[in-house]
Amino acid sequence: MTETRELICINCPLGCGLTVTLKDKEVVKVEGNTCPKGEAYGKKEVTDPTRIVTSTVRVSGGVLPVVSVKTASDIPKGKIMDCAEALKSVQVQAPVAAGDVVLENVCGTGVSVIATKNVSAA
Amino acid sequence: MKNTFDLIIVGGGPAGLAAGIQAKKAGVEDLLILERDHELGGILNQCIHNGFGLHTFKEELTGPEYAQRYIDQAMELEIPYKLNTMVLDIAREGNEKIVTIMNREDGLVFLRTKAVILAMGCRERPRGALNIPGYRPAGIYTAGTAQRLVNMEGYMPGREVVILGSGDIGLIMARRMTLEGAKVKVVAELMPYSGGLQRNIVQCLEDFHIPLKLSHTVVDIRGKERVTGITIAQVDENRKPIPGTEEFYSCDTLLLSCGLIPENELSGKLGARLSPVTSGPVVNESLETSVEGVFACGNVLHVHDLVDYVSEEAGRAGSHAAEYIRDWDKDRSRDNKENAVRIQTEGGIRYSVPQMIRPEHMEDTVTVRFRVGRVFQDVYVSVYRGEERILHKKRRKMAPGEMEQLVLKKSDLTAAGGLDKIVMKVEEA
Ligand SMILES: Cc1cc2nc3c(=O)[nH]c(=O)nc-3n(C[C@H](O)[C@H](O)[C@H](O)COP(=O)(O)OP(=O)(O)OC[C@H]3O[C@@H](n4cnc5c(N)ncnc54)[C@H](O)[C@@H]3O)c2cc1C
Ligand code: SF4
Repeated sequence: MTETRELICINCPLGCGLTVTLKDKEVVKVEGNTCPKGEAYGKKEVTDPTRIVTSTVRVSGGVLPVVSVKTASDIPKGKIMDCAEALKSVQVQAPVAAGDVVLENVCGTGVSVIATKNVSAA
Repeated sequence: MKNTFDLIIVGGGPAGLAAGIQAKKAGVEDLLILERDHELGGILNQCIHNGFGLHTFKEELTGPEYAQRYIDQAMELEIPYKLNTMVLDIAREGNEKIVTIMNREDGLVFLRTKAVILAMGCRERPRGALNIPGYRPAGIYTAGTAQRLVNMEGYMPGREVVILGSGDIGLIMARRMTLEGAKVKVVAELMPYSGGLQRNIVQCLEDFHIPLKLSHTVVDIRGKERVTGITIAQVDENRKPIPGTEEFYSCDTLLLSCGLIPENELSGKLGARLSPVTSGPVVNESLETSVEGVFACGNVLHVHDLVDYVSEEAGRAGSHAAEYIRDWDKDRSRDNKENAVRIQTEGGIRYSVPQMIRPEHMEDTVTVRFRVGRVFQDVYVSVYRGEERILHKKRRKMAPGEMEQLVLKKSDLTAAGGLDKIVMKVEEA
């Protein structure tokens, strides 16, 4: 059975419209992408969708009360809310440097959450 | 402090930083960046989501990470800057400009400079302009204010949220508030299309099953001390609410994401001609405003959705300012402004930046950025010189929320004499 799915590539702000053709649940064609990332995204989005999660965690003793963080790579879409929840109980001590790991293996994804900004000690 | 300079840059966001870096690389040694905030980086400091820098760095960075790349470069080049310093006024004195600044250490100071780059960014449309009837209870924020509160101060403005306007900041905040545990009930958009990027509709709303109601607006705000609920209604093609379509949502917070406007109080006072469409200065191919030696770039020139374009544009402003400084002693009286070719936009194109080109000053090509007024599919963007079509480019899709660009060649503009304008328009396929 052949089916097509209309998607929007979210890999960059260009937001190309993609048409993914599946045959017996296998991706046979991706159209509409401007670059190879779009093709990879189209394949993945219909089989195993993932996202980078960005949020903040509490900082004690810093010039700012929170520091921005992100997952070092994408995690399954279904785990976004669990990841956000896990970050609520994390607190780090200033100074924090961009790239510092604030939480390892978030929700069993094998992916670390890292700081994206420097926050110096107050 | 020292008070004469070759170049002063107003604003230390991505535009100001990229302009400074490029100017310094082009040989300007005597420059200064002025920033009113306590850190460099501008609005990017509160944009903690990813999606920055794909074009420039071929990787996806968050706002603070993108800003840091430019801050690092500026530090490496030892570009002088002053934080916590507000620019109050810019005025002309002969060919020089006098920049009035204020900060705690120096008080009120007048600085003299040959060239100025405006890089003040933009601000959000205030809620007063929205004309929503009813009380003004607590719990109403612009989306950008909420973004700052959540991402920099760690403060959640509310638990049950309705968002009016589907600009990017509104969409980003719908996801952000959801991740922080709030319930975002609906995003209502007055227009029949979203003003935000497609990718943000997908990953900020659809991922979290947040409904987007197009052609809807807020008709009533309930609550006296604090918002307790919002009524939205569908609007007709004249943007008038249609009776009988009202829907009530209980909530404690209303976020307004109704667009951004360039921050041009200073430019206006200086006498730079402003465009009624962009609210930014009118500029030529060198990104120079109608005031000689004053350049503009980034969101103060026109609102950008991609910071990569801001950095690129600002870099060009930096090099042009460097040229201007290099030619300081040259007689400019022959720089005949009448030789400028005006870019007239019509047929669905709202504006272009630059708005005019002086062919003898342009490099081999010039990038023209523009926005369209509605959604177009499978059309051409054409440029005419008189009857002759000099450019004809196919576009699969164009939307008001996304900035477009095309490249004009010098040969197209210099071939015919007596040319005073070219016309840019959308044509059906
Ligand atoms: C909420 C939001 C989300 C965005 N998301 C994305 C995205 O996902 N991807 C992407 O590529 N782009 C995104 N953008 C766009 C991009 O971040 C902006 O276009 C870019 O930051 C604009 O840079 P700028 O330097 O012109 O302005 P700003 O960053 O606003 O910097 C202007 C600076 O000037 C200073 N200033 C202003 N007036 C004065 C004065 N009188 N004296 C001294 N200093 C002054 C301000 O304090 C500020 O630091 C987003 C923008 C916003 C607002
Ligand atoms: S296909 Fe490539 S250019 Fe288009 S949105 Fe995806 S990443 Fe961006």
